[in-house]
Amino acid sequence: MSDVMVLVEHRQGAVRDVTFEMLTAARKLATGGNVAAVLLAENCDALAPAVAPHANKVICVSGPAFKDFNYEPYQKALVKLATERKPGAILVANSAFGSDLGPSLAVALNAGLVSDAVAFTRADSVFSVSRGMYAGKLVADWVIGAEPAVIMVRQSNFKPEPANLGGTVENWDAGDVVSGAKTKFISIEEVPTTGIDITKSTIVVGIGRGIKEAKNLPLVQEFAQEIGAVLAASRPVVDAGWLPKEVQVGSSGKTIKPKLYVALGISGAFQHVAGMKGADTIIAVNKDPKAPIFSVANYGVVDDLHKVVPALRTKIKEMKA
Amino acid sequence: MEIAVCLKRVPDTAEADVKVDATGKDIVRDKLAFTINEADNYALEEALLAKEKHNANVTLVSVGPKPAEEVLRMGLAKGGTAAARIDSEGIGDADGIGLARVLAAWFKDKSFDLIFTGAIASDDGNSQVGPALAELLGLPHAAYVTKLDIQNGKAVVKRELEGGFLEVKELATPCVVTIQTGGNTPRYASIMGIKRAGAKPIDQAAPTKTESKTQLTRVYVPEVVSAAEMIEGSIEEKAAKLATLLKEKGAV
Repeated sequence: MSDVMVLVEHRQGAVRDVTFEMLTAARKLATGGNVAAVLLAENCDALAPAVAPHANKVICVSGPAFKDFNYEPYQKALVKLATERKPGAILVANSAFGSDLGPSLAVALNAGLVSDAVAFTRADSVFSVSRGMYAGKLVADWVIGAEPAVIMVRQSNFKPEPANLGGTVENWDAGDVVSGAKTKFISIEEVPTTGIDITKSTIVVGIGRGIKEAKNLPLVQEFAQEIGAVLAASRPVVDAGWLPKEVQVGSSGKTIKPKLYVALGISGAFQHVAGMKGADTIIAVNKDPKAPIFSVANYGVVDDLHKVVPALRTKIKEMKA
Repeated sequence: MEIAVCLKRVPDTAEADVKVDATGKDIVRDKLAFTINEADNYALEEALLAKEKHNANVTLVSVGPKPAEEVLRMGLAKGGTAAARIDSEGIGDADGIGLARVLAAWFKDKSFDLIFTGAIASDDGNSQVGPALAELLGLPHAAYVTKLDIQNGKAVVKRELEGGFLEVKELATPCVVTIQTGGNTPRYASIMGIKRAGAKPIDQAAPTKTESKTQLTRVYVPEVVSAAEMIEGSIEEKAAKLATLLKEKGAV
C-alpha cells in the first residue's frame, strides 16, 4: 500500500505539536503502508532526530528556501516529491502554515482535499474523512476516492502518542524551488501587548458572543474582579474591538491552563477550546444546551449569562457579608 | 487599480438550532436568517480601504442563487463599484476546490491587481477557496491576512499565526489575499449608499460545470459527549450552587 506522507510543521527552530498529532493519526491510518515524515528545513539534521521515532522514514529536504515557512517553495518541493513517490495521502496541519499551503497544493496535484479533518480512515485508495461545519454544530463525512488525498488535520485534536519506530533518514533533493518566486518571507513578529498576561492568572473569566454588546462589559468586568479573575475572551469579542487581542484565548490567541476557567456565553468553537481545555476546572454558562463548550466543561449551566451573572454576584455578596 | 472581492451569503447559525434536512447532506434553511459571511465582510472593508487609498475600482462577485444579490447590494451600498452574480444552479455538489474552479472560470478573462476573499466561511469552515483560486489562476496568495499595504506594486501582508504572532511577507501583484476577521472595522452602509446601490446593475453569469474530487456522504449533529455536571433549578438556585462551587475552587 502507498505511503502516507506527513508534512512536518516547524517554526523558529522547533517542531510544532501538531506534527506529532498528525504522525500519531497517520500511524493508525497506514495499514500496510509506511508513514513518511517530510521535513523541509534549512538544515534537516537539527530537526530530524525529533521526528524519526514517530515515522518509518524521514524524507529530509534541506535548503535555505525552507528556513522559514513559505508555501511557494514548500509547494514546489512537495509537488515534485509526490509526483515521484506517489503517496496515498499527504497530511498537512490545518494551521496558519498549512492553511496557506493545503488548498493550492491540492490544486497543483489535482488531488481531492478535505480541510479541518477530525477523523479519518482508509480502505485501499479511498479515504473517508470527518470534519466540522457550522462552528461544530454539525459533522460532515467526506470521501476522497482517488490517491493522493490531501488532508488538512485540525490542531489539538489527535492526542500525540509515543512511538519508537526509529525512522530511517533519507536526504532528498528538491532541485530549484526559488526561480520565478512571487512571494517572499520577511519576518515573524509578536502582536504588540499592553501588559495584560492572561496566562499568569489562576482564575480566568472568558466571555464570548453571548455578551451581545459592549455596554454589557462592566457586568463581567466587575464579576471577574470580585472573584479575583482576569477577564479573557473568545475571538468575536476581540474582533469587535471590545477587548484587546492579548486577552484572546484560542489557537490564534493564547493557550491558558488556569486552575479555574469560567466561560460565559462562549459556544466552544474548537479554536477557542484548543486554548483553554487544559484548565483544571471549567464552568460553562451558555443558553444553548447543545453548545460544544459543554463537552469540555466540568460544570454546566444552561441559561442566559445576563441573568446568571447578576444573580451570582448577589449570592457572592451575601456569602462575603 | 482593479480590485475584486468574493462574497458569500451564509445562514446565520451562531445562535440558531441547526437541523439536518431530508437529503441528509444539507441543513434546513427556510427558518434561518442569511447574512454576509463574517470574514468576507472584513475582506470587503479591506478592499474599500484600498479603494480609497489607491483610487481603485472594487468589483464584487458572489456564487449563489438569486438571493445572493443581497450581499452584493450591501457591498455596492458600502462603496463597491460593480457587482456580478454567478448562478449556483447545478453546482450544488461542488466542494471547496470545485467552487474555486467556478470562480476561476469567471476570473480567467478579467484583469485584477488584487483579489480578496474571506479567510474562512462560517458555514462550511472550509478555508479553501482563496488559495485554490490563486493556484488555478497562476497567482501568488496569502491566507489569514489581517493587515495589507500596497508598496511599489507589491502587497506587504501580515498573516495571523498561532499563539499571538504575525508573519510578514511580500507578494508580487496581481495576487489573491484571504482576509481574517478582526484586522479592520467593517463600515455600515449609509442610507444614501443603500439608495444608490438599489439602482446599480448586477451582472449575471452562468456557472461552469466542474468536477469535484471529493464527495459529501452525510452531515449529522454530533453527540455532545459531556461529562459536565449540569447545575439546574431556578436562577437563584443555579446562582447559589455556582457561588458554592466558586468558593470550593477558591474564587470567593
